[in-house]
Amino acid sequence: MKYKTSLPFSLLALPSLLIFSAWLLGQDEFDINRSGGAKRIPISLEGYSGEVLSVLRFDLEIQGFEITSADKAQYLVSGNNTSSVVGRVTDRINRASLLAKEYTGGTPRSEAHALSDDIVEKITGRKGIARTKIAFKVENGPNSEIDVADYDGHNAIAVTQDHTITRDPTWVPGRRMLYYTSYKAGNPDIYSHDLQSGTRRTFARYPGLNTGAAPSPDGRRVALVLSKGGSPDVYVCDADTGNLKQLTKTKEAESSPCWSPDGQTICFSSRAEGTSALFFVSANGGSMRRLGTAGAGNCTEPDWSPDGKTIVFTRLAGTFEICVVPASGGSVTPLVAGEDPSWAPNSRTVIFTRRVKGKRVLSLLDVPTKQTKDVQQTSGSCSQPSWAK
Amino acid sequence: MKYAKLLILLMVVLALSLGVVGCKKKPIGPTPIPGMTGNIGGKNDTSGPVPGTALAPDQNPNVKPVPEGPIPLGGRNLGDYLPNPERFAANTVYFDFDRATIKPSETGKIEEVAKYLQANPTHAVQIEGHCDERGTEQYNLSLGERRSLSVREYLVTAGIQPDRIFTISYGESRPADPGHNEAAWAKNRRGVFVLLTPK
Repeated sequence: MKYKTSLPFSLLALPSLLIFSAWLLGQDEFDINRSGGAKRIPISLEGYSGEVLSVLRFDLEIQGFEITSADKAQYLVSGNNTSSVVGRVTDRINRASLLAKEYTGGTPRSEAHALSDDIVEKITGRKGIARTKIAFKVENGPNSEIDVADYDGHNAIAVTQDHTITRDPTWVPGRRMLYYTSYKAGNPDIYSHDLQSGTRRTFARYPGLNTGAAPSPDGRRVALVLSKGGSPDVYVCDADTGNLKQLTKTKEAESSPCWSPDGQTICFSSRAEGTSALFFVSANGGSMRRLGTAGAGNCTEPDWSPDGKTIVFTRLAGTFEICVVPASGGSVTPLVAGEDPSWAPNSRTVIFTRRVKGKRVLSLLDVPTKQTKDVQQTSGSCSQPSWAK
Repeated sequence: MKYAKLLILLMVVLALSLGVVGCKKKPIGPTPIPGMTGNIGGKNDTSGPVPGTALAPDQNPNVKPVPEGPIPLGGRNLGDYLPNPERFAANTVYFDFDRATIKPSETGKIEEVAKYLQANPTHAVQIEGHCDERGTEQYNLSLGERRSLSVREYLVTAGIQPDRIFTISYGESRPADPGHNEAAWAKNRRGVFVLLTPK
């Protein structure tokens, strides 16, 4: 919200916004398996138009709400976006007013996101995710670059322009900083990239594979996959690259390390027992312990929810499926077709990749209700999303 | 004479490779590593196989012990070589779905490369590991590396010094066939040899 939109500009922008939102609304929504999920909260929206209306719909629907008419709603949102975004929220049952605010100084999009964050927090007690960021890989032909964008895919910015393979982005928690793998020196190496200052530095360039960098929740350590020992194994080192320690010593391939929120345990995928499965290892070393995923084989790409309770991962069973399992092990719940999931900071929404006609697109999934929505697509094939936390 | 030259070259490669082991931010280049010059021509106290001790092809018994554990990688200093992807174009090794083990049908192609490397002791080889699109992306990058390491282990067992074999994984990002069917996938699950000749 850096600049205030002037009235003449708004008038000029209005027709194009209407066209744009009409196009948005006309897009096919990827919306499967709605039945079987948790019940959604009925909410009505009155007085909004164009881009603001479509932003509010998108933000609320992907966080467990269902947009209904006022007579079917539990909560009523009314207001307008004639100049700035204004919102009032009322509980239809007891007529209590929950919110009355005007949002100024931003773009219509950012003001609408701010309103939806307030609505979500007032009604559910959870922090909204509408103003969070994602990073992802964009493939165009043989090369790929890293982009960052709003969580809904809008306002995408290219972070790299290296004209090589760049992949596997991950955010450093609480900072505007990424780790990723790039072949720009002819080998898959890990780089750290400070988005604030624009400086990047080589983080790991050992012989062989350097990939899968995953910073610990406090950002002080980094788990990574290196093959310098003769096989792809999980290692950990300090954020200044010192104290490198090998955590796994298998002859099979390991991949995709991620951290428990307390920074004690690393979860990863390994073929150590003949098929891809999820394992734990202490971040300080020790033996590997298998995560019980009853009935689910071929598990890769784990991501640990920020509240520590749930691990989301990709299962290959003919096709790829996004599944969740309690972090303590137990029964696996398949959610939707897709791969490479990453949790939002709310431990409820997940961003993942799905394949459409040889291309990859990013989608959001509300885990309890199984509601899904494609994010605004950048040109090219988008995959490997990482949600900033 | 030729042997002594080779020994020195191999030691330089070893010394450079030791220089890059360690979590350092320094740019890697053909810069002499301080403290390592004493080893050249002197006593080689580096761990790992001593260069130049491989048996000549005619002495090589027809026994191929499987390496006990992983064989640590050597250097990554490919800048001293010219890549030639054509020479071994017919020797591409193909893999089964989701596997990194060398199939019996593929061993002859690797043995040809081993024979060539034994006959050309200053040459080296890079093995590219590739996957089909049916694995997840991060998993495929590790699987591709595992495939190129399997080919490397086979070459080492055949008597080629580990330091002459470089590996690189491309995962699924460089398919030989862009199709989305089994015929394409079978062509994409592969290990590709790139011959490296000294500049």
